[in-house]
Amino acid sequence: MTGFIVRRLLTSILVVILTSMFVFVLFFKGLGDSPARNACEKLHNGRCPAPVLASIKHEMGFDRSLASNYTTWAKGIFAGRSNVYSDGKGYNCPAPCFGISQMTGNTVWGDLKQKYPATMTLAVGGASMYLVLGVILGSLAARWRGTPADRLLVGSSLIVSSIPYYLVALLAWIYLSLQFQIFPNTSYYPITQNPGKTFAWMLLPWLVLGLTNCTTYARFTRGQMVETLSEDFIRTASAKGVRTNRVLFKHALRAAIVPVITIFGLDFATLLAGTIFTEQIFSIDGIGRWGLAALQTPMDLNVISTVVLVSSILVVVANLLVDILYSFLDPRVSIA
Amino acid sequence: MSTDISQRPDGMAAPANPDDPFLVVDGLTVKFPTHDGLVQAVTDLSYSVERGKTLGIVGESGSGKSVSSMAVLGLHDPKHTRLSGSIRVDGQEVIGASEDRMRKVRGNSVAMIFQDALTALHPFYTIGDQISEGYRIHHRVSKGEAKKRAIEMLDRVGIPQPNRRVDDYPHQFSGGMRQRAMIAMALVNDPQLLIADEPTTALDVTVQAQILDLLQDLQREFNSAVIIITHDLGVVAELADTTMVMYGGRAVEYGATREILTHPEMPYTWGLLGSIPEVAGDANVRLVPIPGNPPSLLNPPEGCAFHPRCPHVDKVPGDLCRTTLPALVPGDRGENHVKRCHLANPGEIYTEEVLPEIAPDLIDPTTGEMIAELAAVDPDEV
Repeated sequence: MTGFIVRRLLTSILVVILTSMFVFVLFFKGLGDSPARNACEKLHNGRCPAPVLASIKHEMGFDRSLASNYTTWAKGIFAGRSNVYSDGKGYNCPAPCFGISQMTGNTVWGDLKQKYPATMTLAVGGASMYLVLGVILGSLAARWRGTPADRLLVGSSLIVSSIPYYLVALLAWIYLSLQFQIFPNTSYYPITQNPGKTFAWMLLPWLVLGLTNCTTYARFTRGQMVETLSEDFIRTASAKGVRTNRVLFKHALRAAIVPVITIFGLDFATLLAGTIFTEQIFSIDGIGRWGLAALQTPMDLNVISTVVLVSSILVVVANLLVDILYSFLDPRVSIA
Repeated sequence: MSTDISQRPDGMAAPANPDDPFLVVDGLTVKFPTHDGLVQAVTDLSYSVERGKTLGIVGESGSGKSVSSMAVLGLHDPKHTRLSGSIRVDGQEVIGASEDRMRKVRGNSVAMIFQDALTALHPFYTIGDQISEGYRIHHRVSKGEAKKRAIEMLDRVGIPQPNRRVDDYPHQFSGGMRQRAMIAMALVNDPQLLIADEPTTALDVTVQAQILDLLQDLQREFNSAVIIITHDLGVVAELADTTMVMYGGRAVEYGATREILTHPEMPYTWGLLGSIPEVAGDANVRLVPIPGNPPSLLNPPEGCAFHPRCPHVDKVPGDLCRTTLPALVPGDRGENHVKRCHLANPGEIYTEEVLPEIAPDLIDPTTGEMIAELAAVDPDEV
């Protein structure tokens, strides 16, 4: 078990390092010297004299090698950096240093810490809602398979899945928030200050996220349950005199839930990396919206690269956790 | 352990007469409506089993053996099954009984052992959990007591170190041990009827013998009625007091086991006997397979279901085999041996044609008759 975790941890670290290299090359090197040119034009009202450009390029490290640039950047994440150049000024950037945000002039890490609770709250609330709803609906559909209730559920879930998510979110916001004022405020309110208010403000985004995504989980759970219900051990349970509901929700669900949890782990990681539509439509100041804002010209490369890197780390960690969780969910999987 | 039938844990009324057969199946018909048509899985099946006795049900896959015994526990989904006839467990009618009442019977007075214990046990729960669950359904006891009972049962069926193995998962057991655990699970409530559905099919031969011995010991101890479903005549010879041979959803031969094995009167039973390889016997004796395939239960053949595969059709005058279903009636050997066949002189054909081919050592070379020991079998002795 420990050996497995250590081995998986090491490969995960390797994946993260490779991702960070990829991110670095993509956002800092691939664009040539355009970041320096942008900064130069910004400082000199659209004009860019050659000596100034040269000095900015020097400050930003364009005159050094790729390896040296990457090392400086990567070292900064662990050790911090002093005198990081951004828009004509030098900033102090303590560890973990992901650079300075051009939008705010703060360290990217400082901004990230500020944005993260909103995304986290949205993801945890929405994901628990769609997991619980999806599994319950799916199990019930499996129990009543072939009946009109089952067909209604499968049919409506197909309809919901085929409507684009942003449309559902937008309509929900226009009607439920703007028009009928059922949820007058939708945004993130700091959970540490007033959890009740957080709940009230986040309920609509949670519902939209939960209800639209639960259909996929309902259909997946239903499929897994139908398959499990034809297993021999289900017949054994009935032959022992176990009640139908207990056969369904204990014996069958216990076996059917394993692949559902696996998919959920990976889904949840993507959700933690920010949901641009949800955050934008319901004006939740989270990672997704932040990343979107950073894409405006001139691009805030430090923010974008950090969002991408953090997201990929979350996916890698989620994969690791799912693998470890698997051995607890299925005793036959021994990961010694 | 004594089985005092006046004290019923399930609270059901005690039967009028404890000497009556524990299970009486009468005219049982099971049909499954499907998209392709009506599957006639079991047709007009009647048998009974007394306490302390064993019935062996023999037949190929799809002959209706398992379907009929699942019906005893009411395990067929009522929405997709048409049941008719009567099944009385301890005097109580099962067909049409409420789900609540059936649940009190299942695992309690009637328990079932399934074929492949690896798939029949839940892979994610420990053996102990699965055994004690069955106990707690029918007894108001704490989890601790139920676990103690589970350990006791594992010990009883010969699992070494039961108090340690009780926390193992099924995949940590060997095939034979899993089947023992399955038996422990079935016996945890001291059932009065045990249905064993091919209990040894998935096991290797040495383990098979152990499991059969175990079943026999336990039956003697608990005085329960046992139904053993198998396609292996060896198992039947070993365990069963009476034997029923099934073909195409119907009983085709029924009687005392010794009688059926020594004086079979139905060509299908001859075929089954001819298909058994004999270890100690003459290596030159040919194995005689039954030609063809089991009949379709969607469109069963007209007349006798076995006629398309029967090598003796031409010995019956006219088109009788192809047009008329033979009745299940006593043959030459008395009231207690019934068979479903049109052949007029099955005893003669068996001794003169079948036996010399499948077991020449059972023929007395001087007289050309069956050896005396075999011929002396009393058809009525169970």
